[in-house]
Amino acid sequence: MIVAEIKPFGEIKDMLKDYNKVLIVGCGTCVTVCLSGGERQVELLASALRMARKIEGNEITVGERTILRQCDPEFIDQIKDEAAQYDAILSMACGAGVQGIAERFGSITVLPAMNTRFIGVSDGQGTWVEVCAACGDCILYKTGGICPVARCAKSLINGPCGGSQGGLCEVSKDNPCVWQQIYARLVKLNLLHFLKEISPPKTRPVHPRRLVREDLRLKKEQTKGV
Amino acid sequence: MGFREALDSGKFLITAEIGPVKGTEIDGLLEDAELIKGKVDAINVTDLQSSVMRLGSMAVCHLLKDLGIDPILQLTCRDRNRLALQSDLLSAWVLGIRNVLALTGDHPTLGDHPQAMPVFDLDSVSLLKVIGRLNEGFDMAGNQLKGAPDFFPGAVVNPGANTETALEMQIIKMEKKIEAGARFFQTQGIFDLDLFERFMKRIEGFKTTVLGGIILLKSAGMARFMNKNVAGVFVPEPLIKEMETTKDKVKTSIEMAARLIKGLKNLCQGVHIMAIGWEKRIPMVLEEAGL
Repeated sequence: MIVAEIKPFGEIKDMLKDYNKVLIVGCGTCVTVCLSGGERQVELLASALRMARKIEGNEITVGERTILRQCDPEFIDQIKDEAAQYDAILSMACGAGVQGIAERFGSITVLPAMNTRFIGVSDGQGTWVEVCAACGDCILYKTGGICPVARCAKSLINGPCGGSQGGLCEVSKDNPCVWQQIYARLVKLNLLHFLKEISPPKTRPVHPRRLVREDLRLKKEQTKGV
Repeated sequence: MGFREALDSGKFLITAEIGPVKGTEIDGLLEDAELIKGKVDAINVTDLQSSVMRLGSMAVCHLLKDLGIDPILQLTCRDRNRLALQSDLLSAWVLGIRNVLALTGDHPTLGDHPQAMPVFDLDSVSLLKVIGRLNEGFDMAGNQLKGAPDFFPGAVVNPGANTETALEMQIIKMEKKIEAGARFFQTQGIFDLDLFERFMKRIEGFKTTVLGGIILLKSAGMARFMNKNVAGVFVPEPLIKEMETTKDKVKTSIEMAARLIKGLKNLCQGVHIMAIGWEKRIPMVLEEAGL
């Protein structure tokens, strides 16, 4: 999932200082799962904003909605009419969701309530960890299903640097050296030969990346340029 | 005789290491180099060691060359992408630099500009391959060069990796570095000769040249600091005690280094002395070691 965290409240409040009618939109997918931008968090943020502005003597009207996916026009359109009644939308989705809404409702200001952090998984209660760098050239078959691109601080693909101590990364003692984990897994899977092969340097992605699947495109679009 | 010729001659090799200053004041550094000139086969110049911004390795290597010293350019993958690495290698060659030590490099977060973008476009293994390719007259993209270098490439290995898994991976990576073209290895500082002997036994079949690392221990505190913070360095307790109880730290440090060098003479093909500020004492160490 995409892991995101809510911005500091002061920053959000400051972003909204010129708006008096705001719709907070939660997202029902990744950020709901990582407990940062789902229905419950929309409710909490809305109450906090109302209270803070009331104390300042500058009351704000806050609407609350959560849609299943903010990265999908089909779901964004569900709030089209409602959104038109507000000065601004505060999106609690990842950066893709914020832009999805902004793109769809070009005439309403859309503000981000979140900082999008990484593609990751849960690592125990209240902790998430990055596991995929979306590099576009997956090598997990060679590394025992553990990604060094995302999980090694230097994204090394030919084995560890000399900096790990006691099985921990030189950059942060909170992180295990991912190459130790890869080694252990490859030994277990009897696939150590992969570690002995020289991996060529990766081709670096050029932003913005775009994926075109001809098999899924409509016939008339296929003749158009990208 | 340059470093490459010294290596080919089969003599016991001696290299030292100097770290450029933060700034442009180079008199002290050149004085140190003059003092050890003629006593060592080459001098490594570090590349922003510990990720601290300093004067660059290439410029200092060039100055050493002018003094008649054969320099070893340390080149890390931390700050340069493949364009800059290849271009710097060509630049180094035209400045008279013949030896390159290919390193991954410390992470920027460990240095004095922790906000810096970590590059690591290549790693030490792929950098070695690139050096070999440039030597053949081609860049990484396969384009032909107008005039090719003929670098003598080396790499590092950490024989003191402190878990069995870490050591195993160091050895696998060392093999990859040899396959990628490394002609010599300089190691992390060695304080435990038995441990190093076991490492050398493990790599017996590799047929490469290993220069065992010697760090001049300045105090017991330095030893404890390194044991805690420097990967692959472990100073055994008796050596720490020796530094703690001595009345003359410099003398003890020199004797200790000389003792370790004598031990290394039977185990590997040379020594690499990291004096870390005590460069002026390298001649005394070598004399004490009978080199």
